[in-house]
Amino acid sequence: MDSDDPHLLGGKIAGRDSYFFPRHLAGGDPGVAGSAQLEAVELSSRGTVWSYTTSDYPPPPPFIVNTDPYKPITVAAVQLRAEKMVILGQVVDGYGPDDLHVGQEMKLALDVLYEDDDNEYMVWKWQPTEPIESGLA
Amino acid sequence: MATDRTHRIGVGLMEEIAILGVGMHPWGKWGRNFVDYGTHAAHEALADARVDWNDVGFVSGAITVRCGYPGYVSGSTFARALGFNGSQVSSSYAACASGATALQVARGQILSGACDVAIVVGADTTPKGFLAPNAGDRPDDMDWLRFHLVGATNPVYFGLHARRRMDLYGATTDDFAMVKVKNSRHSVHNDRARFTKEYGLDDVRNSPVVSNPLRLLDICATSDGGAALVVSSIDYAKAHGHSDPVRVAGISTVTPTYPDTVIDLPYLATDSSAGTPEPEVGFKESIGHSVYAEAGLGPDDVDVAEVYDLSSALELDWYEQLGFCAAGDAEKLLRDGVTTIGGRLPVNPSGGLGAFGEAVPAQAIAQVCELTWQLRGEAGARQVDGARVGITANQGLFGHGSSVVVRR
Repeated sequence: MDSDDPHLLGGKIAGRDSYFFPRHLAGGDPGVAGSAQLEAVELSSRGTVWSYTTSDYPPPPPFIVNTDPYKPITVAAVQLRAEKMVILGQVVDGYGPDDLHVGQEMKLALDVLYEDDDNEYMVWKWQPTEPIESGLA
Repeated sequence: MATDRTHRIGVGLMEEIAILGVGMHPWGKWGRNFVDYGTHAAHEALADARVDWNDVGFVSGAITVRCGYPGYVSGSTFARALGFNGSQVSSSYAACASGATALQVARGQILSGACDVAIVVGADTTPKGFLAPNAGDRPDDMDWLRFHLVGATNPVYFGLHARRRMDLYGATTDDFAMVKVKNSRHSVHNDRARFTKEYGLDDVRNSPVVSNPLRLLDICATSDGGAALVVSSIDYAKAHGHSDPVRVAGISTVTPTYPDTVIDLPYLATDSSAGTPEPEVGFKESIGHSVYAEAGLGPDDVDVAEVYDLSSALELDWYEQLGFCAAGDAEKLLRDGVTTIGGRLPVNPSGGLGAFGEAVPAQAIAQVCELTWQLRGEAGARQVDGARVGITANQGLFGHGSSVVVRR
């Protein structure tokens, strides 16, 4: 995994443009039900905003709150151009709903989900490809 | 094998069954055993139906997953609480659509001739706060992953859909608030609702943001409650003094058709439409298509609706998904007063989820109870005049959703 150009690993049905995420909980394509082989593929790291929102209250476990006091998270659903699928993720720190709009270009980023004494646990997040323009709707 | 994609949505006209009796335990945060609420509702429905318990040949329970083993075997739990009478029994789980599934199972038993009369019961006791997944590390469970990896609570999904209405159709937060205001006006006349206070726009505007753009008063609470239906064959109804019963004309519990490209609970991603084009009818729309096909009716025939306002904005989505108006026109329907009692097509005359709060396995049954009262003309000060056809709509996790059409 290249941390400067991260990709999500998804599932793809062999011989079909049928993609799934996460791969280990893939659904099925009824066109090939029963016989499909699932391959691991790198999904596009860019897409456009389908919608966005926030969680102004801390989500319950198994979410791990790693800000004290809790800092509201922003969440975006982003449609990948090539795979034509929408993937949910947090938006990187520093962006709120006022900085986003449907159709906006986004790219994948890596960030720390939480850490314990031994490890940092990483997660994908979404990040606008362009810096914030003032006055953007 | 070639598949006819349109064929899958709806099987066409279905035979009807009769709703002989309805019952509800008032919604609230009572903190008692869910069995109490379900039994209360069942007794009320049996009395309303004027049916002897020993005539009931099938008990169809909607499952609650929050109350331990008795909730998992709810059919048996309610059968025992009412007094084991040797009837057949079944328990159904389909998340928020569980009640409709339990009704569908009962209909199948009646139409197959396995029984003449069935009772459908759902009840729940809910914890405070966000609905959360089962405990333990369970990375193979999508419902666990969405909380763990993204913090995607239920309101996060509601917020995504609300925000999209704003960016696509120009909806405003006041439009969403007006749904709450409208439904709260309806709820004032419903003593079975949990919240019966009339809210104004400022109440909603001043409540805290939960998931932008939605505020606390835009989002439904979780509640305790119970609801029950006594249903029978049309022949049984007529032979037992119910000459003009409210009838179940259609039930839909369809799954999505691949690829489903609209993100919804509890998934982290949609299907992909890169290789297979999106179906002509999206998932939520297909729920309506299927139920209309079974009933032989369409949106123009509907007089009253009970739809799942998990959030105020989701009620507006349902106007379009059930065909009451074109995509993007729901706010106009609301603003014109069409969906208020007194309008052409009142929606959520009961007060909806905003007034009830969600008691998951009871909610789809409660929607049918309300429509039954409306079609009988027994809804008191919240009566929709002359209602002959009603529709419910409901959404549940993991590709579940439901709709029931009732007529008189």
